[in-house]
Amino acid sequence: MLQYILRRLGMMFVIVFGASFLAYNLQAYSSDPLSGFGESTAENKEYLILQMTRDLQLDVPPPIRYFSWLRGIVAGLWGDFNMGLTRDGLPVIEILAIAIPVTIKLVITATFLAIVLGISVGMITAIRQYSRFDYSMTFVSFLLFSLPIFWVAVLLKEFMAIQFNDFLVNPTIPPIAIVLYSLVFGLVAAGFVGGARLQFFLVLAGAALFAAALLYFASATQWFIEPSLGIFGVGFLALCNAAIVIQLISGLDSKKGRIAGFGVALVIIALYYPLQALMSADASLINVFGIFAITISVGSAIGYFVSTIDKRVYLRIGFFTALMSTVPIIVNRFMSEFAGYMNSDAVNGRPVPTLGQRNDLLTPEQIDNFWISGLDTAVHLVLPTIALTLISFAGYVRFSRGSLLEVLNMDYIRTARAKGLSERTVIVRHGMRNAMLPLTTILVNDFAGLLGGAIITEGVFAWQGMGQLFNTALRSYDLNLFMGVFILSATLTVLANFVSDLLYGVVDPRIRIRK
Amino acid sequence: MDEIKKSTISTSDKNETGIESKETEGLSQRQIIVKRFIKHKAAMASLVTLIAIIVIVYTSLGVNIGTGRFKISIPGWWPYKIDQIDPEGALASSCNGGVTGCPTLDLAPPFLDGDGIRFGGHPFGTDIIGIDYFALVMRGAQQSIMVMLIVGTLGILIGTIVGAIAGFFGGIVDAVLMRVTDMFLVTPTIVIGAVIGFRFGNLGVAPLAIMLGLFAWMGLARFVRTEFLTLREREFVDAARVAGASDRRIIFKHILPNAIGIIVVVGTLLLSGAILAETALSYLGFGVRAPDVSLGLLISQYQGSFGISPWLFWWPGTLIISIALCVNFIGDGLRDAFDPRQRRHISMKERRKARELSEVPS
Repeated sequence: MLQYILRRLGMMFVIVFGASFLAYNLQAYSSDPLSGFGESTAENKEYLILQMTRDLQLDVPPPIRYFSWLRGIVAGLWGDFNMGLTRDGLPVIEILAIAIPVTIKLVITATFLAIVLGISVGMITAIRQYSRFDYSMTFVSFLLFSLPIFWVAVLLKEFMAIQFNDFLVNPTIPPIAIVLYSLVFGLVAAGFVGGARLQFFLVLAGAALFAAALLYFASATQWFIEPSLGIFGVGFLALCNAAIVIQLISGLDSKKGRIAGFGVALVIIALYYPLQALMSADASLINVFGIFAITISVGSAIGYFVSTIDKRVYLRIGFFTALMSTVPIIVNRFMSEFAGYMNSDAVNGRPVPTLGQRNDLLTPEQIDNFWISGLDTAVHLVLPTIALTLISFAGYVRFSRGSLLEVLNMDYIRTARAKGLSERTVIVRHGMRNAMLPLTTILVNDFAGLLGGAIITEGVFAWQGMGQLFNTALRSYDLNLFMGVFILSATLTVLANFVSDLLYGVVDPRIRIRK
Repeated sequence: MDEIKKSTISTSDKNETGIESKETEGLSQRQIIVKRFIKHKAAMASLVTLIAIIVIVYTSLGVNIGTGRFKISIPGWWPYKIDQIDPEGALASSCNGGVTGCPTLDLAPPFLDGDGIRFGGHPFGTDIIGIDYFALVMRGAQQSIMVMLIVGTLGILIGTIVGAIAGFFGGIVDAVLMRVTDMFLVTPTIVIGAVIGFRFGNLGVAPLAIMLGLFAWMGLARFVRTEFLTLREREFVDAARVAGASDRRIIFKHILPNAIGIIVVVGTLLLSGAILAETALSYLGFGVRAPDVSLGLLISQYQGSFGISPWLFWWPGTLIISIALCVNFIGDGLRDAFDPRQRRHISMKERRKARELSEVPS
């Protein structure tokens, strides 16, 4: 095993070395920093050219210049790491350190959403293969697959930002829109649940009525200006979460499962008012973590003590119910600041921005307030998150659908059915778990690819992350900056490949790593 | 009672497989695949649409290939050119609020508040200075389709060759080739594309496409290699070798035809990826440059005018999506057609019919 890891690590160095050599020369030969002087009429043109040649070592051929850059990287082995300076004379490493968190902030929500939505929709289409829901989702995922992200971005800016902000001036939804939206919601919900024709129409009617009631309520109470969930909303969501978690982990027919899940949900509802004390105006991220720690430990404890056997099953129910039900409480707190945020001078009644990563006009008090600055980040994330989610959602749908279909054709699924297990157990325990195995590789690789993959998104929405750095580096012939971004993304990709191979060996006992 | 039940099960079983085997009776492998593909409605519809798009795109403006003495020029049927300003036409088609250059295309019949179905002088409208937008979009689509085809062809060729050599010979050849593939693979596609586009974008679209194609083969190479690794161990390869076939003959005559499925499927993905990559690069300013036109460049140029003249934004986008969507659906149909494990979905109606037929004693 150790030998295998060492060999892989050695190989990784070779690959990163080769790729960076390739990229360095590609970039060096395809750009000409001196081209700007072509039309220059400055008197000291000759001198300037000479100076730049000396500064950028342009008299040294790129393949050799590469090694002087590499020396700085290799020096990292004895703690003298040096990625060189940008054209503006700033250390590359410091610029990277500022850009990385921005990109992570940009992509993490979208990736999470795309994974959760994509995998659940993909698995449901696999279970209902050749149903209408399957066909429509296949079409939707192909459509999303074919969308250029910059095109989606422009549409989002128009419809989600500009028109939504216009709508907020007088947030009443016309009846015809309520009918349309609820019908669409009902159709999607009925597609998810499936079943015979009668059940389909019952779910459709129920979900549509529910959505219509919600929309009417939101429209009548001006909810969009002063959004809040309140204890009823939080409670409702907590109970729904509990039901989903129980159904997935133990099945709703398990009595202990119901006690654990709904018990935790009720406890969270009871904790609603006490927890507000932890979310005062001078709270910080630590408070949020504290709240999660409290609810999760209470939830896990309830799950643990519900049963004397199979403790881990009910522990999981308690844990996940608590985790998922705490989110609405936090969201509710952010929502309570929305009206104030929207009407502040900096925002001026148009909360959804089309550009940028933060509002520079916020007052210092607003920035110091964790909830308001958090809300500010959140509204700036809305558009890029939707765009990125839409684009990567399709891939997960196709992949998880194919994966589950393949697993469901296996002999051990037939065995599981034959020995009389319930359909839920067969699909969740035997099917989904095995279908998730190949997904782990995809997930790890995607996370690594994201740093380099947000180039267009960052450009369209004007976020100053890694993608923008790459963009500027390319336009300003900044070789050191370019290589800084490149080496980071290449190393991450190679590492992710390695980790996913190792992980695959761990989660799937059928795969033995070759000695 | 038990007897009867058993017999109905077995007959219905036999008939279900019967439907399938009857379909393929007496057909060669290629005929089966073609037949399966034709049955795939979405793929066939996409194929027809794609061909229609390509025909319209290339005939409308005509084709100009090559330079100087080797120039081949075929005129198109569309009256306007991309460098021809038509201010009167643009003003004539002005619409609500004094905005000029609105599309004259109207597909709404009179009873749906339209003026009747008509194309008008500028069906896609004109751009801000009065150039016919249909001509611009068609020119952009010509470029994008050309990039797609060149990148796809090169990518498939190189990918297949590299993958086949690595998979067939194995050992040190495999190790070296695959490490080289990894080196190309760790570089994000868009990064390679941007560097190349930056240099070759202003040389015109063909050099850009060729360079992009040289860096588009890695995914396919990996798939082909895996396919070759498994096929190499099969009996028919041993048989061919015992019969004295050369390596070249084994690769081209025995293994490659069996690996064609994966090549075609991954190849279509490569095509749809190529058109999206080209538009993204042009959008970022690294691909096709003005005064030449590409669909991504058009979107990039007119994204600001969405509020006033939205058609400048809709048409190129619709065309990109239509082409990519068609290619993706064709790829899906091909995958279904090539996958021997893929059993065609047997509908309830066919099941019932088969059962009814089985009850008639033969």
